[in-house]
Amino acid sequence: MTTSVPDPSERHQRREHALMLALVSPALLVILMLIVLPVGWLAWQSVYHDGFTLENYRRVFTEDIYWRSFALTFEISLAVTLIALLLGYPVAYLANSLPKRWGILVLSLVVLPFWTSVLVRAYAWLALLQRTGVINQFLRYLDVISEPLALVHNTFGTVVATVHILLPFMVLPLYATMQKIPNDLMQAGASLGASPSLTFFRVFLPLSLPGVLAGCTMVFVLCLGFYITPELLGGGRTVMVSMLVSRNVELYNQFGAASAVAVVLLLSVLAIFFVVSRFISLDRVLGQK
Amino acid sequence: MMRASPARIVLYVVSALVLVYLILPVLIIAPISFSSARFLTFPPPSFSLRWYQLYFANPAWMQATRVTLTVALLTVGIATPFGVAAAYAISQSKLRIMRLIHMTLLLPLVVPIIITAVGIFFVYAKVGLVATMPGLVLANVMLGLPYVVISVLAGLQSFDPAQEMVARSLGMNRLRSFFAVTLPQIKSSVVAGGIFAFISAMDETIVALFISGGQYQPLTKRMFTALRDEIDPTIAAISTLMTAGSFLLVLLATSRQGKKT
Repeated sequence: MTTSVPDPSERHQRREHALMLALVSPALLVILMLIVLPVGWLAWQSVYHDGFTLENYRRVFTEDIYWRSFALTFEISLAVTLIALLLGYPVAYLANSLPKRWGILVLSLVVLPFWTSVLVRAYAWLALLQRTGVINQFLRYLDVISEPLALVHNTFGTVVATVHILLPFMVLPLYATMQKIPNDLMQAGASLGASPSLTFFRVFLPLSLPGVLAGCTMVFVLCLGFYITPELLGGGRTVMVSMLVSRNVELYNQFGAASAVAVVLLLSVLAIFFVVSRFISLDRVLGQK
Repeated sequence: MMRASPARIVLYVVSALVLVYLILPVLIIAPISFSSARFLTFPPPSFSLRWYQLYFANPAWMQATRVTLTVALLTVGIATPFGVAAAYAISQSKLRIMRLIHMTLLLPLVVPIIITAVGIFFVYAKVGLVATMPGLVLANVMLGLPYVVISVLAGLQSFDPAQEMVARSLGMNRLRSFFAVTLPQIKSSVVAGGIFAFISAMDETIVALFISGGQYQPLTKRMFTALRDEIDPTIAAISTLMTAGSFLLVLLATSRQGKKT
């Protein structure tokens, strides 16, 4: 804290440093023991089994179930991200353009489900989407359909419920970015004779792109590792990477294979963060929660 | 400026539909939980509390509830002081390594939770912490720490460290000046961080699926297993209680954060 004072403060400064390190150490120890060590263990286990081996990675990259699951996971994550962007952008735009109080109200409605357990929401979607569920009964009551639609226990149900869970992660960074776009710019555009849609596409949309990138990154990355929703709503057919990891551990005792899958998943996530961090500050992506 | 152009109307309609999509599943659970029907029928045939009775009368559900509450409370009790100390050090220290430490403390938000869960399971299996209470609490402390750190760091940002220096120059020792001067001013963000850690521990499912077992299974693990097997409206009753509880907590947390500014 005292920086430029010479000799007598040097000891003080060293004590200060020691104190600060001591204060941070309990938390750091917990993180090191419970996430750094376990993930390191996984990485080690993926290449070491009675000697160094790349067998697990060979399987992940060559065997059908593995790469098909990775492909499916990326497809679903991409679909979820695009849908979340399409649904989230208008809501964020509306919240941003409304008077402050109403904007906050819209935002709190967006964040409301955030605070409901993921399990609870999985249950709700089962109740809504199943064959005898609310939506099917309603549609039959209206005579729109004669046979119940298969809305859940498939990829469709997984995507519907996943978008629902991840949408707030899209709307919040979008809103935060839009808030920083000065209103004068839009008015300047209008006063120069540009139509509202032209000002939107030429001025507002480009300026909101950092928010789009932050939101898409968060949604995509979270979706890559999603477990509960696909497990409960996917009906066993939508095997995402996380389920591959869990099955290899729980059902087949294939710890090496599970570790290799986990490492590939983690590296994908880190690679995405790395690429994104070249365009926008990571705080922007992570700090939203 | 905001006349009701066609584009504007479309914007309102689309946003309204999205909001319905967001809210509907949260609202649908309560009526199911108060319905007498075994299976979902809409509208619910008659009002009943039977699912709540089943929940409170079932020893397995009650034991799981006790585990969850104990874990969540212990998590807050440990993660909050650890997180506050860490956030304080990160904000006050000029050491360059603090930036790295700061990033490390946020790792639980970056690493996909399924990976963390499996990794912890392997480590716990080696040291005999699987299906134990300490194991469950430790894992939740780790998961809750980032919330405390983020919240308290945000609170410390608007705090002027010079105030603490003044208290110390007037003869208070460091610890006392922290409790007398600093803590009261960041209290709301400490409480908010603690509440987020509590909610995170209440909701945590995936790590518990791997590392909990026997009599130390939290509510979420039992709910997950029950959901995988069949749809039992008891879960609607539990869900309604959980949702009501976490809304209350969030209201508490945000109203406190609001007071700060």
